[in-house]
Amino acid sequence: MVLGMNTRASDRSPNRRSFLELFLGTGIVASLISFIYPVLRYIIPPKQAELGANLVLAGHVGELKPNSGKIFRFGSRPALLVLTADGKYHALSAVCTHLGCTVQYRPDLHLVWCPCHNGKYSVDGANISGPPPRPLQEFEVILKGNDIYAQRSQNS
Amino acid sequence: MSAPAKIRNWLDERFGWDQLMAFVRHKTVPTHRFSYFYFLGGMTLFLFGLQVVTGILLLMYYRPTPDGAFESVQYIMTQVPFGWLIRSIHSWGANAMILTAIAHMFSVFFLKSYRKPRELTWLSGMILLFLVLAFGFSGYLLPWNMLSLFATKVGTNMAAQVPLLGHWILVFLRGGPDVTGATLTRFFGFHVAVLPGLATLLIGLHLLLVQRFGMSVPPTVEAEWKVDPSKVQELRFFPNFFLRELMAWYIALAALGALAAFRPWELGQKADLFASAPAGIRPEWYFMFMFQTLRFLPAKVGPFAGDLVGVLGFGAAALVWTCLPFFDNDKRGRGKRWIAGAGVFALTYFVGATAYAYLVAR
Amino acid sequence: MNTKRHREWMKSRAEVRLAAHNREWMSKAGAFWFALLFCSFFFLVPARLPAQTEAQQKNSCLTCHSQLDAPLHVDTQTFAESIHAQKGITCVTCHGGNSSSDDPTEAMSAAAGFKGAPQRKQVPTFCASCHANAAYMRNFNPSLRTDQYSQYLTSVHGHLLAKGDTHVAVCVDCHGIHDILPPDDPRSSVYPTNVAETCGKCHANAAYMKVYKIPTNQLTLYNTSVHHAELVGKGDLSAPTCSTCHGSHGAAPPGVKSVVNVCATCHVFQAQLFDASPHHDAFSSLGLPGCVTCHSNHGIQAPSDAFIGVRKGAVCLKCHSAGEPGYDAAAKIHTELTNLDASVTHSRDILSRAEQAGVEVGQIQMDLDQARDDLTKARVSIHSADLKVVDQNIEAGLKVTRATYKAGQAALAQASYRRKGLFISLGITLLVLLSLALLIRKLESGPHF
Repeated sequence: MVLGMNTRASDRSPNRRSFLELFLGTGIVASLISFIYPVLRYIIPPKQAELGANLVLAGHVGELKPNSGKIFRFGSRPALLVLTADGKYHALSAVCTHLGCTVQYRPDLHLVWCPCHNGKYSVDGANISGPPPRPLQEFEVILKGNDIYAQRSQNS
Repeated sequence: MSAPAKIRNWLDERFGWDQLMAFVRHKTVPTHRFSYFYFLGGMTLFLFGLQVVTGILLLMYYRPTPDGAFESVQYIMTQVPFGWLIRSIHSWGANAMILTAIAHMFSVFFLKSYRKPRELTWLSGMILLFLVLAFGFSGYLLPWNMLSLFATKVGTNMAAQVPLLGHWILVFLRGGPDVTGATLTRFFGFHVAVLPGLATLLIGLHLLLVQRFGMSVPPTVEAEWKVDPSKVQELRFFPNFFLRELMAWYIALAALGALAAFRPWELGQKADLFASAPAGIRPEWYFMFMFQTLRFLPAKVGPFAGDLVGVLGFGAAALVWTCLPFFDNDKRGRGKRWIAGAGVFALTYFVGATAYAYLVAR
Repeated sequence: MNTKRHREWMKSRAEVRLAAHNREWMSKAGAFWFALLFCSFFFLVPARLPAQTEAQQKNSCLTCHSQLDAPLHVDTQTFAESIHAQKGITCVTCHGGNSSSDDPTEAMSAAAGFKGAPQRKQVPTFCASCHANAAYMRNFNPSLRTDQYSQYLTSVHGHLLAKGDTHVAVCVDCHGIHDILPPDDPRSSVYPTNVAETCGKCHANAAYMKVYKIPTNQLTLYNTSVHHAELVGKGDLSAPTCSTCHGSHGAAPPGVKSVVNVCATCHVFQAQLFDASPHHDAFSSLGLPGCVTCHSNHGIQAPSDAFIGVRKGAVCLKCHSAGEPGYDAAAKIHTELTNLDASVTHSRDILSRAEQAGVEVGQIQMDLDQARDDLTKARVSIHSADLKVVDQNIEAGLKVTRATYKAGQAALAQASYRRKGLFISLGITLLVLLSLALLIRKLESGPHF
């Protein structure tokens, strides 16, 4: 015996049938929306574009005054963007090579300084005074239009 | 003529649409106490389709390089809206699909659906099972975290055990003597191009064969029905069986969504090619029984290395298992009893070794 | 014949012949000048020949002395590589004599000005005859210091030598004699990484130092220290060795009162805090040597939080006992340091859990770094021995860890927002399942057997 062969659509009361059809139709449409909606939102690329692990937007032209610096995020570590008095940008890792404190730019000294143990670096990252045993990793600065990017060398 | 009728006419004139629809309408599924197992094949197909869809979505953001793989998966998980959902469904779905594929295989085995004339269906199905395991193995490396790196190392090392060709197979799989970025590129190529292509062909063949021969009825039920033909029960495939299958698919999707929300697939730590293996490295659950067997085997079995015996043993077992329909050629159509016994042993061993590996061995 | 045309033709032929003749002449001339230029190249461009030093000219001293045994042996290769030989200062410059004569009697005659080897007592003045002569040294290296001798006279070695003790170090004991290399050459015995071993040649030799009754374990202790690990282990040339704290030519131990100044040349903040702390006066009145009191002098170890406090192994217990304000302060400081440390770890854990769950927490993790910086600063500020000063850093750090912990909890909660979304879609799914089940029932509710 084959089920489903003998069903006669006309046997059922129209109200119950249409109610069931409505129920099912709504349900299926709702479920399809609940599948399609996340997929659509997923396909649209987020504003924070992923540049890759080695390239990061550090800031914008005009954000920094000459002879000043700012901390920006490179991945999950702090980095330092410096604009020297003569108009050159430098980007460095801001993690002190001594014990990992976050360094800062000292406009009065024209140097990068670590407040934990008085370590000093040149704006190129070279460790010139105090406990830091190694220089700060230097990033390449790329200017594109109004944006300033910091790029980590692949060979590091 | 109404619009749908016009379209139907257009299709029929070119593709024999009406004939096709007639076939679909008349397709039936036998109903008996084992009928629930018939869902497993369709479920595996549904999960495969889900993997393809979520996989294609992941492809939009994933980068298959050592520098970008981990970061791109992190990006998907944390920055892309519903990226966590797509990725977790893909990861959990993979495990679900492998589970249903294995269950489908065992149910076909025990219900003896591989008998004449369905030998090629079994063969194509076994190849599909191996492809599915290859999908799992190649996909596992792609997130490029420590666990996947070392699981791949251990897994590909097993390939080197094959006599004569072992080293070549290892180098072919790894893209070099070691697991490196080249391995990632290669596995990515397998996972998104080679394996899907092969799988599509084989699924097409497998489904075609299933339609050709219809659903098999287990020997015991067959015997009962032969005795009393009034007991024969069937269900129309469309819409009755299909509606039930749709319910099963909805349940599966809901389960995967729940897993994605409550147990999101972890990121792990980025793979470091120079680090030593972290403690507790082991393959995914579907390879655990082989892993545990190799641990059981002593370092030397007679004049041969224990690992070699293990790998060759599994290879031989897989070959025998694949050629099963050609062993079980019982003319009476009931199948040899010892084959069922071997199947029980195989299933018990698979479950037992896996359970042992997780619960006892550390 | 057309004379005019013929003449023109002849003229043009003549021009051609002249041109050909000119060309030939010019090519010959050109070849001559080119050859001349080519050859002169070798004469005009100075050939890069090595400086003709006396060492490469005949040196009969080395010819013999390279064959002799110690103590008269001088290795030719080693001497040639030494800084003096490189600058053209060879045997006769210091020892006098005649280096072109093969006859020893003639070469080492008084007539030839032979001075022989200076005695130990005379070595400093001997070296100073050049090295303290600024005008002379300017010929070789204008930026080289010329006050080594006057510094030496102020040192313990110099004082004892003046009293007639030849046991002490003179120039050649540290710098070598015929194998002297400049101090910035890594092979030199006075290159920073080699200094400790050079000093240790005497100072670690218990038998040699017996008469002076001072300890001889400094080298052993130094080799276990964090300074040694940095200098020799990691090649960080800014790390101190013996001469950094004791001076090189004017070597003397820093006095008890001046130890802090010596350490302060690198450890600026700690010294400033210490000078302002009650320990400064207390140590002075007790005659305690500043930093060395807690950190020791030669075997300095990297300090941990366990260094401070009142538990076993803490240095505070050396002076403070239970019931004193100092004891209580030490205990409190230790508790606060370990508190902040644990708090940072606590925040880090929750953030990594949120990250594992797929929530973006990179910015918060970077904020947490600030707390770790505060902990590092707090560990420096303990030199003030003032709970209030330490508290400033601790409180700043705790503020950050509290904020980041809350942010971590919020991140985890964000993960739970997904559960709400899930329940909605589960609800819809249930709706669909229910209606499908009902539909199936309806379809199959026809007559069945």
